[in-house]
Amino acid sequence: MEPITTNPSKLPGWNIDADPENDPTYPMRTRTPDDHKGYTWKRPTLQPVTIEVLQSIERPGITAVFGTSVPPSGLSGVIRRFAFKYSENSYLHWLPLLVADRVNVVEGVLDDLAHGHVPNIFAEKGYPIEWKYDKKGLILKLAAFAAVVAGTTVLLTRKSDKPRQPKPSRRTAQTVGKP
Amino acid sequence: MLAMEYRGPRRIRVTQKPMPEILHPEDAIVRVTRSCICGSDLHLYNGNVPDTRVGQTFGHEFTGVVEEIGSEVTKLKVGDNVLVPFNIACGKCIFCKQGLFGNCHEAAPQASAAGGFFGYSHITGGYNGGQAEYVRVPYANVSPTVIPPGMDLDDAVLLTDVVPTGYQAAEMGGIQTGDTVVVFGAGPVGIMAARCAWLFGAGRVIIIDKEDYRLEFARNYSKCEAYNFQEIGDPVLFIKKQTDWIGADVCIDAVGAEAAGNVLQTITGRKTLLQAGSATAVHWAINSVRKGGVVSIVGVYGPTDNLVPIGNVLNKGITIRANQTAVKRHLPRLIEHIQNGVLNPKGLITHRLALEDVADGYRMFSAKLDNCIKTVLIPSTAGM
Repeated sequence: MEPITTNPSKLPGWNIDADPENDPTYPMRTRTPDDHKGYTWKRPTLQPVTIEVLQSIERPGITAVFGTSVPPSGLSGVIRRFAFKYSENSYLHWLPLLVADRVNVVEGVLDDLAHGHVPNIFAEKGYPIEWKYDKKGLILKLAAFAAVVAGTTVLLTRKSDKPRQPKPSRRTAQTVGKP
Repeated sequence: MLAMEYRGPRRIRVTQKPMPEILHPEDAIVRVTRSCICGSDLHLYNGNVPDTRVGQTFGHEFTGVVEEIGSEVTKLKVGDNVLVPFNIACGKCIFCKQGLFGNCHEAAPQASAAGGFFGYSHITGGYNGGQAEYVRVPYANVSPTVIPPGMDLDDAVLLTDVVPTGYQAAEMGGIQTGDTVVVFGAGPVGIMAARCAWLFGAGRVIIIDKEDYRLEFARNYSKCEAYNFQEIGDPVLFIKKQTDWIGADVCIDAVGAEAAGNVLQTITGRKTLLQAGSATAVHWAINSVRKGGVVSIVGVYGPTDNLVPIGNVLNKGITIRANQTAVKRHLPRLIEHIQNGVLNPKGLITHRLALEDVADGYRMFSAKLDNCIKTVLIPSTAGM
């Protein structure tokens, strides 16, 4: 039998959506003169703003609907508010947001502990399923992590072999410097 | 209700959360019957997308039953079985009126570039997603679509993102009859893009990935050629050789920020976030396409800068098309294709998990365990 890849016309649906006009394809611009005037549409009903919503400074006002999943709070919220003072064209917008995300992770752990909940990080990372399907990979990964932690700990706690020389005080140094 | 909750990079769990409420007259509350884990969720899962906040519920692919509607909802009624496209779209703004439902200007106050999506970072509106028992669905008159009688829920849930995204990837390629199409990435979207390339009349479809099981899946599902980039050497050179040194007519980036295959891109894009994700796939697409060809990008990147070979784009006269998918625009055609047996979305599903096992599901998909292609989550409240 002829392989389908050498004669795709036998494939169900082959060429069914071909359109010679489809180049470079959708969307063709179907604008009307009104579309060049900016906010010309009749806006939907506006969702009442009952929480703090950070908004891009590249648009006038808030959108008609918005999510309410996690309003800004804590230190990460402070950083996010700073970020939203800058446009989406600025590193001062995006980089603080990435920092805020990392701060937020620590806040999440602290919040868990404050509520008496010790997060089950092993389960949250899905390691049980990795243990089931890739024991070797998981062991290697955990071993590498342990090695990095151990190495870092040793580096940070290592005492210098040389005995410390007491620094001469400024007054002593001045005294020595005098003829 | 039970819902997935993000706790930090590669850390999620299922917790009890308050029931969602009607906050706007066009809102509906939907009881989730199916939700999926998407490749785009992995960008959030890995902490690559700015303003992803601890405590949010992910999930932008879901079906459900309408439980409650706001006073301005006229197109749905309580009890309707609906599929909910991942875009939140008002249907009234200049962009929605052009069919650009992925670019609605009335759904995400935090950004002017992105539209509103369920369960994504706060730059797409800060909405909770469908990896939960219940979800708030704004603009319920616009995108949510009643599932046609007789349609399998597994087919329906894949119409909320994967199928339209694969289809739009091929459509944006402007494929002409007989074209050679190369798809980078054999995840669910890439596999669907390869399958849909035939519908536009492609003469040859090639898919590139690094996981043999995904390539084997693509060979069988998409009826295309499939190659492992770890075995073919330089993939760009390989494509040139395969196309008589001309290059492919259309290249599709179906990977986005998580791309492997280039050490420097991996370090700067994935590990240290000095770029908005690894741009390996888009590099390969630009460098593999022929002069005057089309590069279609549906892989998701973050909003900050990426190192891409723009000089080659200029010198080769390439057209680049990229967008979040306008799901609603494609639904009528794709429903028809499913009903006529042209497309079989549920064939992508390899795993079914209870919502409670969502952390395992993410790890399995992320680490590519157990030959995972597509995972469906089913809450106990789904009633089936």
